[in-house]
Amino acid sequence: MIGLNHFLILAGALFCIGMFGALSKRNAIAILMGIELMLNSVNINLVAFSRFVTPKVLTGQIFAIFVIVVAAAEVAVGLALIFAIYRNRVSVNVEDFDWLKW
Amino acid sequence: MDLVNYAMNHVWLIPLFPLVSFALIAFVFFKMPKVSATISISAILLSFATALLVGYGVIQHGGFVEDPLQYTIKWFQVGSLKMELGVRLDGMTAMMLFVVTLVASMVNIYSLGYMHGDRSFSRFFAFLSLFAMSMLGLVIAPNLLQMYVFWELVGLCSYLLIGFWYHRYSAREAAKKAFITTRTGDFGLLLGILAIQVHFGTLDFAQLSHVININNAPAYLFGILLVLFLGPIGKSGQFPLHVWLPDAMEGPTPVSALIHAATMVVAGVYLTGRMLFAFQAVPSAMLMVAIVGGFTALFAATIAITQVEMKKILAYSTVSQLGYMMLALGAGSLSSSMFHLMTHAFFKALMFLGAGSVLHAMHDEANIWKYGGLRKKMPITAYTFLVGCLAIAGIFPFAGFFSKDQIIEAVYKMSSMDGGTGAFAGIYTILFWVAVITAGLTAFYMFRMFFICFTGEEKPENHPHESPKTMTFPLLLLAVLSLVGGLVGFPGLKEGVAFGSFVRLGEFEMVHANAFLITLTTVVALAGIGLAMAIYWKKAISHEAIAEKFKPIYNVLYHKYYIDEIYLWLINNVLDGLGKVLYWFDIHVIDGIIDGIAAIARFLGGSMRKAETGKLQNYGLVMFLAVVVIAIILYLAGDNTSSTAAAFLLGGGK
Amino acid sequence: MNEVVFYILAAIIVIAGLLVVSLRNIVHSALFMVLAFIGVAGIYVMLGADFLASVQILVYAGAIAIFMVFGIMLTQRGNMQQTNLFSKQAGVTGVVSLGLFGLIVFLTSKTDWIKSTESINKDTIPTIADAMMSTYVVPFEVAALLLTVAMIGAIIIAKGVNKSQ
Repeated sequence: MIGLNHFLILAGALFCIGMFGALSKRNAIAILMGIELMLNSVNINLVAFSRFVTPKVLTGQIFAIFVIVVAAAEVAVGLALIFAIYRNRVSVNVEDFDWLKW
Repeated sequence: MDLVNYAMNHVWLIPLFPLVSFALIAFVFFKMPKVSATISISAILLSFATALLVGYGVIQHGGFVEDPLQYTIKWFQVGSLKMELGVRLDGMTAMMLFVVTLVASMVNIYSLGYMHGDRSFSRFFAFLSLFAMSMLGLVIAPNLLQMYVFWELVGLCSYLLIGFWYHRYSAREAAKKAFITTRTGDFGLLLGILAIQVHFGTLDFAQLSHVININNAPAYLFGILLVLFLGPIGKSGQFPLHVWLPDAMEGPTPVSALIHAATMVVAGVYLTGRMLFAFQAVPSAMLMVAIVGGFTALFAATIAITQVEMKKILAYSTVSQLGYMMLALGAGSLSSSMFHLMTHAFFKALMFLGAGSVLHAMHDEANIWKYGGLRKKMPITAYTFLVGCLAIAGIFPFAGFFSKDQIIEAVYKMSSMDGGTGAFAGIYTILFWVAVITAGLTAFYMFRMFFICFTGEEKPENHPHESPKTMTFPLLLLAVLSLVGGLVGFPGLKEGVAFGSFVRLGEFEMVHANAFLITLTTVVALAGIGLAMAIYWKKAISHEAIAEKFKPIYNVLYHKYYIDEIYLWLINNVLDGLGKVLYWFDIHVIDGIIDGIAAIARFLGGSMRKAETGKLQNYGLVMFLAVVVIAIILYLAGDNTSSTAAAFLLGGGK
Repeated sequence: MNEVVFYILAAIIVIAGLLVVSLRNIVHSALFMVLAFIGVAGIYVMLGADFLASVQILVYAGAIAIFMVFGIMLTQRGNMQQTNLFSKQAGVTGVVSLGLFGLIVFLTSKTDWIKSTESINKDTIPTIADAMMSTYVVPFEVAALLLTVAMIGAIIIAKGVNKSQ
């Protein structure tokens, strides 16, 4: 039987993969992709809990919709930022953006 | 009678008059020199009159020796520490009051003539009044604290007066030297006072004399007295802190007469006399006082025989006589020491004022070889000076004869020659011979000075003239006192008449004439005078030949045993060297510690800033790493079955 | 039947995710991300959230992924093969990720989840609509506001500031 644990482990795996991508890639857009994967894993968690804990009220699904909304807004603004930096520095390699260095 | 009683109960008026005089001169009448002088002289004469009344009253009461008249007011109290200000009146006090006010009055009158025309006339009289107040306050002190306060005040006045002509470099230096040298001694005095307060709980002389006596002297008392005695060594010019007295001659001659002959320098002897009951409780302390005094007496006398300035000879003579007074105290005789103090005040002040008269006439030329035959044009000065010389040489019936004889007799009694069996009898024998030899040397150098200055051929370039009456009157008065002042110590005088009955420690001892001692001292004195006569008056032996023959000794004596040079070497090398060592320590060790702490902070900062790479991914990684680590720790720290804390950290769970 | 579907979908998602983060060509990464999104949509359907699955496809796979590709297009320089390399801390990050994954697996398996025994809600859309307009109307409006603000902000940031102003 596919129980709650399966979905949770799947979400956890997706989260860790997303985290790995976000913290170890050089391209700024690749980091955004990792963040999207993490958000998706959160959504899987929410929906799974909604299905197994409160099937009637569907709270988790509504929450997941809002997460998708926020993710969309965040991608928009994030890419705008990347454009702005790219225009000035002609690079999207995050290792070059270390002006807060000592 | 009422006036006498009033005076005895209001002895504090005696220092008050000069204090008021000082205030008036300093703040009101500064621009009016004649008024200032009048105020100062009137104040000190008032004090003198009161002192005479007090003296009369004291004699009436048999000297107040056993139960002194003492009245005080409370100054401050901190816990069990009580400080009082007031008056202690006994025979010794009355004698000192009389001497101080007398000499101060004479000096005030003399200064009218001597300082005439000086542009700081008022300032001089202001300082004279201040000094009179300080010395009188010291003399009436009932406890060590009041005495210390006024001790410092007289030191201040000495500094102000030595450096009176402050535009002269040598005067400024001499003032500093005096103050610093006496300060060195005063440090010891302060330590002694503190130790006494700590150990005995009181500084009052009366109470201390009950607490300290020979039966219960604690072991540390010698140490306390040793340290305490440094004050008198400094103030009374004993070896090794005598170096300031000859240099103090830079001040005006009236100052030298008043402060450095008759009154301030005897403060050390006075303090030792007041504390003599404590010294007597520790025989080794008495020996120390005697040795210091005796050595100083001989030491200064040997220097004096080569000096060529009149005031310097008199200064070394003062140091030598102060040594005599200390020697007397060390031999246990308060009466003879105080008696010599009184007679010495008379004839030494006389001779200083005489020297001032000569300097006034010779327009401040100090080298005695430039004088000669002055007695023809300055008879009063010359013959009063002769009286002083005879007194100090100890010729009957002048004052010095009686007082010096009593001192020598006191030392003789402690020595083994008289069958004394004390622990240090042998040393006292040596001191006895030291005293006798010094008596001969004293006669010699005093008459050497007299013959060189006042006899012989006049030099044509000098135009001496006798001094005005304001200057000769004190000379005459003091000459009379030098003649008759010793008669109160005439042997055979009974209790109630003799000096020794009013000023004593212990039982009254009638003075007996010791034929052996009298002959010995007179012979020695006459030998000294005779030798001086042969060399300097009759010119039978050439003094230059003697100086050539004994050249190395002569050089050492002339340069005062090079003590000043040795001290300067010590200060430059030892003291400065120590200062340099401590400076190095301060810069390298102490600052090094501070700088080291700063360097550690700098190093830590320098290494920890490397964690700020500016890259967001590094920060994120560290954060997630922390989450994992904390979750593991929380899980392991709690019990293994429930993973609630860790689960909460990650979100969710039961 | 259920299990087979789940494992296939799970494999798709995980493998696509791994490829997203490990390929060197960023366009390839974007494409595999789309695949991962579609897999997630399938999972939603398995869980009975059909409306959410449609929203997922529409928004994620349809808009956000395209957005990414546009971004790649506008910021691409040089060799396509070199556009998506690992940084220096990849090794440590891998270890940390594995640690985190192990922790999650361990903790979730240990925890005693409270499950309900009710049957699934089959009318997802009416339920969601009702809830959205009644209980969650405030977050709904705020979300709308958020989208507006994000749009305006993105335009301004991307437009940049004219140097002469």
